[in-house]
Amino acid sequence: MKLTLRVWRQQNADADGAMSTYEVDGISSDMSFLEMLDTLNEELILRGEDPVAFDHDCREGICGACSLVINGDAHGPERTTTCQLHMRSFKDGDTIDVEPWRASAFPVIKDLVVDRTAFDRIIQAGGYITAPTGAAPEAHATPVPKPDADLAFEHAECIGCGACVAACPNGAAMLFTSAKVNHLNVLPQGAPERETRVLDMVAQMDEEGFGGCTLAGECATACPKGIPLVSITSMNKEWLRATRKVAKQR
Amino acid sequence: MTSYTDYSTGEPVVDTKAPSGPVNERWDKRRFEAKLVNPANRRKHTVIVVGTGLAGGSAGATLAEQGYHVVQFCYQDSPRRAHSIAAQGGINAAKNYRNDGDSIHRLFYDTVKGGDFRARESNVHRLAQISVEIIDQCVAQGVPFAREYGGLLDTRSFGGVQVSRTFYARGQTGQQLLLGAYQALSRQIAAGNVEMHPRTEMLDLIVIDGRARGIVARDLITGTIDTYFADAVVLASGGYGNVFYLSTNAMNSNATAIWRAHRRGAHFANPCFTQIHPTCIPRTGDHQSKLTLMSESLRNDGRIWVPKAKGDDRPANRIPEDERDYYLERIYPSFGNLVPRDIASRAAKNVCDEGRGVGPGGQGVYLDFADAIKRMGRKPVEAKYGNLFDMYQRITDEDPYEVPMRIYPAVHYTMGGLWVDYDLQTTVPGLFAIGEANFSDHGANRLGASALMQGLADGYFVLPATINDYLARNPHHEAVTAEHPVVQDVLAETEDRLSLLLAVDGDRTPDSFHRELGELMWEFCGMARTDAGLRKALERIPQIREEFWRRIKVPGTGEEFNQSLEKANRMVDYLELAELMCLDALHRAESCGGHFREESQTPDGEAARRDDEFAYAAAWEFTGTGEAPTLHREDLVFEYVHPTQRSYA
Repeated sequence: MKLTLRVWRQQNADADGAMSTYEVDGISSDMSFLEMLDTLNEELILRGEDPVAFDHDCREGICGACSLVINGDAHGPERTTTCQLHMRSFKDGDTIDVEPWRASAFPVIKDLVVDRTAFDRIIQAGGYITAPTGAAPEAHATPVPKPDADLAFEHAECIGCGACVAACPNGAAMLFTSAKVNHLNVLPQGAPERETRVLDMVAQMDEEGFGGCTLAGECATACPKGIPLVSITSMNKEWLRATRKVAKQR
Repeated sequence: MTSYTDYSTGEPVVDTKAPSGPVNERWDKRRFEAKLVNPANRRKHTVIVVGTGLAGGSAGATLAEQGYHVVQFCYQDSPRRAHSIAAQGGINAAKNYRNDGDSIHRLFYDTVKGGDFRARESNVHRLAQISVEIIDQCVAQGVPFAREYGGLLDTRSFGGVQVSRTFYARGQTGQQLLLGAYQALSRQIAAGNVEMHPRTEMLDLIVIDGRARGIVARDLITGTIDTYFADAVVLASGGYGNVFYLSTNAMNSNATAIWRAHRRGAHFANPCFTQIHPTCIPRTGDHQSKLTLMSESLRNDGRIWVPKAKGDDRPANRIPEDERDYYLERIYPSFGNLVPRDIASRAAKNVCDEGRGVGPGGQGVYLDFADAIKRMGRKPVEAKYGNLFDMYQRITDEDPYEVPMRIYPAVHYTMGGLWVDYDLQTTVPGLFAIGEANFSDHGANRLGASALMQGLADGYFVLPATINDYLARNPHHEAVTAEHPVVQDVLAETEDRLSLLLAVDGDRTPDSFHRELGELMWEFCGMARTDAGLRKALERIPQIREEFWRRIKVPGTGEEFNQSLEKANRMVDYLELAELMCLDALHRAESCGGHFREESQTPDGEAARRDDEFAYAAAWEFTGTGEAPTLHREDLVFEYVHPTQRSYA
């Protein structure tokens, strides 16, 4: 296949960026999207030009590092991560736009690489169960009903890629935050910190400059792991419940 | 200069610090004998941890919980992305929840046997003991393991064993365990006990007065090279499988941290022990950048076969039952499709070498779920393996519910690594290595679902106990500063190396060298190795290295985000490590586990160990780039599991 790529190039966080156009040839439909970019970069290096910077690591769809907006869609046309998107989803002669995640809470570092440390700080605010090493009871001491365990797992599948934020017209991080809140709050082990967890994580999310949620639903459509939109509703309920409970205790 | 293969033999390793006495009492004894650091004094100690995978993440969190000041590094943008996240199948533990005859002793026995009698009994027994605590710990953290309808934990079987002791979270066990460790680490970061440096890569080790006292690391965003100091350094930087270019490792997984430590005095043990995983998706062409694993758990229900006839290119479903060769079930009737990884990989290679391989280039075998779907129905198969089937379909554009998967072996894990004693301390005092970065527990072959077990055992339980002893005995009252002449030297060396890489301005990219080295290693130091082949590789590697420094091209500067520079710098270390791997493979003129020397096989083609000559771990000491290293042998003593020819028939 022969393709025209229009790629966002930006030297660093402070520089202005712009779209640059490149032609790539000899692209096989079995290549992943990132392997297609590898091909471009090999050519750029040999021409003495700066290769396109992009985040990637496992290339198996699980680490959450890759993060490209392709033709306006986070992770491109299929419901998967960019590394698992294959060139068979495109046609010979296509023009493809490649941009970084766009959100004020995810500043660009270079080209297609953005800073997602805000996500880490949301987890640090309460996205854990306090269980210091060595203090654990026997694993079978607390059975967890299978439906609850499955529900927790469904939310725990989040890979923290940030597609939800990139897809959201408001740049909101509700789906990411709610996935962790629901994963932990549904489990008996997570119950003691149920209220502080949701309150602290939501507060941190707001502090990071993510936008508000208007339930546009773009996040759940873009999510490569299928975290459902209802996750946000559940978090809102948890938040309301926690707010009331804390107010009562005062 | 002497030839690289003329290695000398140094003092053997006589003391591994493992206590004597009954094997099941040794860990208790060591913990009791270890000196402790007063809780009030712990915050005065700084420990550097490099890496945030299962081993590093769990170690950083636990050391911080104990009260130490932890300074932690990862090259990824977040500690949550370390490659442990990609582990699929599960984690072993001797819980015996199935009442199927499992015990700590059986896990110990299976692991020593699975490792083809090249691991230490003391370490493996400790691992089996700790396995049960790991499951408790992870459940307490909220790791959503698979459960049965009664609410209790589910388990499944894995290769090389006949009990069901593998705990799992669908096909994402590594992800869930890593997020548990990451969340515990996040809690400590928020509490100010861990100073986390993401997107920062360790480039060298600082050794002062014979002790590890810090590291040199580069901020990958700004390019700034800085020094960091501590009372002890812990390497949890993973394995070195990426030396093969194509592997199941993450693209940026690399050997720089352990190789630089090796250059500074840490012995490197059994570098030739690499694991080729039998069930990976075959490559499709030269553009291939990495290989994707299909979990070993698939072998629980999938049946592996090839056509009986050579060159049979009919589609799988047109080949009648009696013209199929379910070769693992035929050769190994009692373990069938669940033989250990090294055996399954070699068997696949053999049938493909006979011309019976399937798919493009005949480099593949079928992994067929038709019988499983017939027996259980599609739904249960979907529940068990759905995400793996989806992944396979996405990559190959074939539907494994309809046509059998095609699989082929690929480099997956490295059993070798930095030599460590029972305390997980390397030969450099104050430098510890945990998880895949060390060599200690898997011998010549790792059993499935044991990497997660070892990473978490090291990080949550072993290191936090043994590092106390070191810190209590070495309180380091004098702080190291950046002005120290050793620090200045190490820093200057690192800066010079990067400047040189940028200055060559040749005509070949870092990837082109990586690909060339990888192909060479796969051909001569891959699934089957020979004296002649290894000698060929050993002749070629120094030539590639010479060419590298003449022709490498790295665009841009060192003072910016520069992924080409990162790659080129990692190549420098691969080009030295590859040479040691080949030498180790050459010197070990026996077959054992993942190391198969064609000269040493039984009449029916199985690996033939030569215990009289090679029942030792080979710890190599660095003497200079391209210079013959020094071999230190650590004899392995088997008091409980007596070495026999492994039999899975």
